[in-house]
Amino acid sequence: MDIIVCIKRVPETAEADLVIDKSKKGIDTDGLVFSINEWDNYAVEAAIQLKEAQGGKITVISVGPEENNEVLRRALAMGADEAIRLTDPAFEGSDATAMAKILAAAIRELPHDLILTGVQADDDGFGAVGVALAQMLDLPYAALVTDINLEGDTMTVHRELEGGLEEVDKLKLPALLTIQTGINEPRYVSIMGIRRVAKKEIAAKGASELALSGNEVGPEGSMSQIEELFFPPVGEGAEIIEGTMDEKAEALVKIIKERGGVA
Amino acid sequence: MEKVAVLVEHRQNEVRDVTFEMLGKAHKLVGDGGEVIALFLGDASQKGLLDMFSPHAHRTIAYLDSALKDFEPLRYRAAFENIFENVDCQLILMAQTAFGMDLAPAIATKWGLPFTTDVVDIEVTDGNLVAIRQMYSGKVNAKVSLKPSDKVLLTVRAGAFPAEDIPKISGEIREISAGIEGDFSGRTFMKYIEAAVGDVDITQADIIVSIGRGIKDADNIPIAQELADALGGVVACSRPVADKKWLPKERQVGTSGKTVKPKVYIALGISGAFQHQAGMKNANTIIAVNKDPKAPIFGIAHYGIVDDLFKVVPTLTEKVKELRG
Repeated sequence: MDIIVCIKRVPETAEADLVIDKSKKGIDTDGLVFSINEWDNYAVEAAIQLKEAQGGKITVISVGPEENNEVLRRALAMGADEAIRLTDPAFEGSDATAMAKILAAAIRELPHDLILTGVQADDDGFGAVGVALAQMLDLPYAALVTDINLEGDTMTVHRELEGGLEEVDKLKLPALLTIQTGINEPRYVSIMGIRRVAKKEIAAKGASELALSGNEVGPEGSMSQIEELFFPPVGEGAEIIEGTMDEKAEALVKIIKERGGVA
Repeated sequence: MEKVAVLVEHRQNEVRDVTFEMLGKAHKLVGDGGEVIALFLGDASQKGLLDMFSPHAHRTIAYLDSALKDFEPLRYRAAFENIFENVDCQLILMAQTAFGMDLAPAIATKWGLPFTTDVVDIEVTDGNLVAIRQMYSGKVNAKVSLKPSDKVLLTVRAGAFPAEDIPKISGEIREISAGIEGDFSGRTFMKYIEAAVGDVDITQADIIVSIGRGIKDADNIPIAQELADALGGVVACSRPVADKKWLPKERQVGTSGKTVKPKVYIALGISGAFQHQAGMKNANTIIAVNKDPKAPIFGIAHYGIVDDLFKVVPTLTEKVKELRG
């Protein structure tokens, strides 16, 4: 079975103090740590578990500059077999649609029984590339997948709905799934593991090799455009309690007591 | 905007709240003299649902076919062939939910509609539409423009627009019963699985001590448990903690977990992505402890401490124990 996993390299921003850059269309990434998009990490693990159970070959694909080799190599260390990087100055400024077009162009040329993507990326949070890609490749698909059971050329998947509800669907292969966090427990990648794949060649393909013209990708090939970034308006916000640790704790206990939190 | 269409979201014989939120926003966008169109896909047995929302639309298009009984995106997508032939609109709203995320990008891609997702506001100035959406887990907002087109699609974040005071107009209902065509065997809906019931029902608790990514390791959970025990409350969590299996899924607060409304909700090391907020914003009192002063949780909390939870929590537990003797 040929499995393709699309992965993205994103800055870790959960605990970072973000600064909007001078162009006002991006954030200042100096000093931010980059890593594999969390959803994609679960997708890579899902692919490896399927391969371990059924055999097959896993190809990981990422769109972006040379730094993306870091996340591709990490996926190789986890157990992927091949890695391809799609890179071209023309790809910069691509939205979800243009990104899906780039991926589709590469995947059309590869054997594929199952394509996995993350549900969304932590940076722009579109949650759209996977399903757009399935449409371009004319494949059956399911988004927000939390369980996969392969049975020959069909599979039963669970989708995460709201409020803890799940949906069970049957899909025919070839198909595309977007993977939700929590579907598995992604394996740990050791430094030794990364070293083992350090020499492995990562193919790079540009727009011309993918037969994509400049107006199909980048800003021209995109359906949407960021005009300006700004920080969300802070409503009234919290009353911040200051003081020594003892004072802060005492103030909190008083509030909790008043609000009925201590019997 | 003259004509805005809203795709009605329904599941298990209920119209979901986000439908009303979208209808309300659609009315604001079209203003006086415009038209709000509700699109309903389902089967004849679900016709009763039309009464729930159709009074809020100038026109309801009810596409009724037994093939559309359950939400199956391949079938829904096929139904849009007919919808686009018969319904004229400049904007289609769908929800950024498990339903919309599984459908909207396919519709937009198939028909080449400019689109963007997870929109929290929509502004129209001089006929130009600007969508506001969030990036970096809600830490930054983006103004996004769409490629000029006679029709665009947006998916809207659930909870972004109020569902109250939507105009009542009791517009006409038009039924379409043309069968949908195509091979839909690629994906078949089987069934729903209801949420698991755990040992602790966090929705019944008066006091919730909730932990997020900031707890760093499963081994640190006892410090939260100790505080909860001292307060007579329960421990709950945000998504990253449940994803790592540090706590069971039924302890997760948020869109895909539980919605809680305790007297006091103490958020420890939770950044407060909107999916989490959706599950706890109606708590009577929200207290947040987080190292990052810009964490979105402080925007919704009533009281905050900007500090390391590993310093705050043990001291707080001690003070609570002192109080209780």
